[in-house]
Amino acid sequence: MEKRVTFKGWLLPLALVFPQAFISAVFFFYPAGQAVWQSMFIPDPFGLSSQFVGLGNFEYLFSDPYYRSSFVTTAVFSTLVTVVSMVPALFLAVLADRLVKGAGTYRTLLIWPYAVAPAVAGVLWMFMFNTRVGVVSWYLGQLGYTWNHVLDPNEAMGLVVVASAWGRISYNFLFFYAALQAVPRSLIEAAAIDGARFWRRFFTIVLPMLSPTTFFLLVVNIVYAFFETFGVIHTITSGGPQQATTILVYKVYADGFVGQDLGSSAAQSVVLLVVVGALTVIQFRFIERRVHY
Amino acid sequence: MKRVVLGALAAATMLLSPATAMAETEIQFWHAFTGRLGDLVAAQVEDFNKSQDEYKVVATHKGNYSETLNAGIAAFRAGEQPHILMVFEVGTATMMAAKGAVKPVYEVMDEAGVPFDPDAYIGSVKGYYTSADGKMLSLPFNSSTPVLWVNKDALKAAGIDPEVDLSTWQKVGDVLDKLKASGSKCPMTTAWQSWIHLENLSAYHNVPFATKDNGFGGLDTELAFNGPVQVKHIQTMGEWAKDGKFIYAGRRNEGGANFRAGECALFTESSAGYAGIKSEAKFDFAVRPLPYWEGVEGAPQNTIIGGASLWVLSGHKAEDYKGVAEFLNYLSSTDVQAKWHQDTGYLPITKAAGEKTRADGFYKENPGTDVAVIQMTAKEPTANSKGLRLGSFDQIRGIIDEELEGVWSGNKSAEDALNTAVERGNQLLRRFEQANK
Repeated sequence: MEKRVTFKGWLLPLALVFPQAFISAVFFFYPAGQAVWQSMFIPDPFGLSSQFVGLGNFEYLFSDPYYRSSFVTTAVFSTLVTVVSMVPALFLAVLADRLVKGAGTYRTLLIWPYAVAPAVAGVLWMFMFNTRVGVVSWYLGQLGYTWNHVLDPNEAMGLVVVASAWGRISYNFLFFYAALQAVPRSLIEAAAIDGARFWRRFFTIVLPMLSPTTFFLLVVNIVYAFFETFGVIHTITSGGPQQATTILVYKVYADGFVGQDLGSSAAQSVVLLVVVGALTVIQFRFIERRVHY
Repeated sequence: MKRVVLGALAAATMLLSPATAMAETEIQFWHAFTGRLGDLVAAQVEDFNKSQDEYKVVATHKGNYSETLNAGIAAFRAGEQPHILMVFEVGTATMMAAKGAVKPVYEVMDEAGVPFDPDAYIGSVKGYYTSADGKMLSLPFNSSTPVLWVNKDALKAAGIDPEVDLSTWQKVGDVLDKLKASGSKCPMTTAWQSWIHLENLSAYHNVPFATKDNGFGGLDTELAFNGPVQVKHIQTMGEWAKDGKFIYAGRRNEGGANFRAGECALFTESSAGYAGIKSEAKFDFAVRPLPYWEGVEGAPQNTIIGGASLWVLSGHKAEDYKGVAEFLNYLSSTDVQAKWHQDTGYLPITKAAGEKTRADGFYKENPGTDVAVIQMTAKEPTANSKGLRLGSFDQIRGIIDEELEGVWSGNKSAEDALNTAVERGNQLLRRFEQANK
């Protein structure tokens, strides 16, 4: 039976809810409402005049094949970033968890990249893979492979994914590592006595025990891939070549702040709001069911 | 007694304050220059501040051209706009459409009683920044035009006469063949592909880039750069890219690093690349006029400018605008302009500055520095070579960049790419028209 707290009057519960409601209103409902409102206008850049166009901005957006393909780009990008940042993190966490000596040192070193800001990480990777002066592209050249992410869409995508996922591995590692420590040793020992080998123990006991953490990281990483990879994309590819790395968020920026097309930009943020909302609902309704707390 | 003291104090403050305020009228100037150009601007500002004590110009770097324009727009919306904003030529139509945000330069000069003659500027520069009725809306500041930079040592190494004729693209093609055959890894590269290989290409061959006199005739203009001249050029460049004769380095001036490092033999870039190339290149280089296609009627016409002008933003005190007028007047003086031209490779935008530079013997000492000037002023500009005035042009350039990249990577034919770019760009022009009704 759930515990419920009952209040006698209305005043206290309202007062308790107020701070959160106030913050949500100021930092979420008000700007979101503004975005919806602005998405129905075409304003001039200086805000001197604007034309009401109703759903015109949305019509214009969805008639643009580049905008439609930006959805695919975003899906590919965020899936790749999530996988590339979570799988190695889990692998490293499992290895670090088994360490007897020097665990602290390894842990510190593995967490380090998280301290690097996305834009800085972008610049680092950009220099390593720079087609002219990059160390990595030079070695690739020695091996007979011409690296050119300026023109090759797949190479560009690969590079922004790796650059975005790199720092994130540390973050995920930290959570996986903590979660691994919380797996009861008695369970693992019992399985070991029953003759289960390491991988069997890992897949049947450890992984299910990690599922709340995995789910949490899945949500957080997708949100990260959607909204916080801007700096990396901006510094490495600026969305090119041919919009191959233009994810939805980058397009909001490019159209709004480079192109001064604030109407289209507002409409795009409304679309983004709907997409992320839907994604969160799906995650919590369908994936969370499979999580064991 | 107390009251008297207070009164005296108040009177004293009132007497003192105008004087101190006069000495500290600050003029905010936002620009987009870093490195050597940034230092040169800082020096100009300092000179002006020292030359008088009524106004103090405060120059602030606000990022690259696009970022500076955005910073200015955002500041205007917040009521915190600077007095003077540097806007690149691509943003000209945006600024012209923003009538309530801009105080035209001719008006600023007029009100301050500072003499100002638009005819002192060379034609193609003046035309870019004046309204239909011939009034100058912004002050031309740094203008350049594309030229062909040649690494003479690279030509020699390939067994080519370094003085070889490179006046036409046909001849450039032959030289590229030889360079490639001799094992050159980068026979040619470019900066600013849209500006040089479409916008200037169109003007230089006297074909329209957009209808309605390239947008000067009204907001209902449509792009027209998918004509036969442009398609042929981009197609040829695409073939060169496929054969490794043209190496694409990036949308802005990334190719400059390759050229300055001595890797590339030919480089199409702004005449303002001079400052960087002169200080970094460890090889013998030369400046040649931009090549043209032999056989196209009217070619070579003249090339058009790139660069930036200074816009005065509205919403400040009349007092401040006097200072703005003084500063702009100082910037356009012959000595300042001539020095700027000689230091940077930007064009001498006033006729007097060009004459002074010639009289100083600068062109004799630095052969090739007048190539850009001659190329721009040899012929009277036509409706196709006066310049461009297109809304959302920064975004349109982005579209052109994307489509051209499709050609360089071999994914698209030149015709396809240019048709798509025209179609996508036209949509943006219609939106701009709608926003500025």
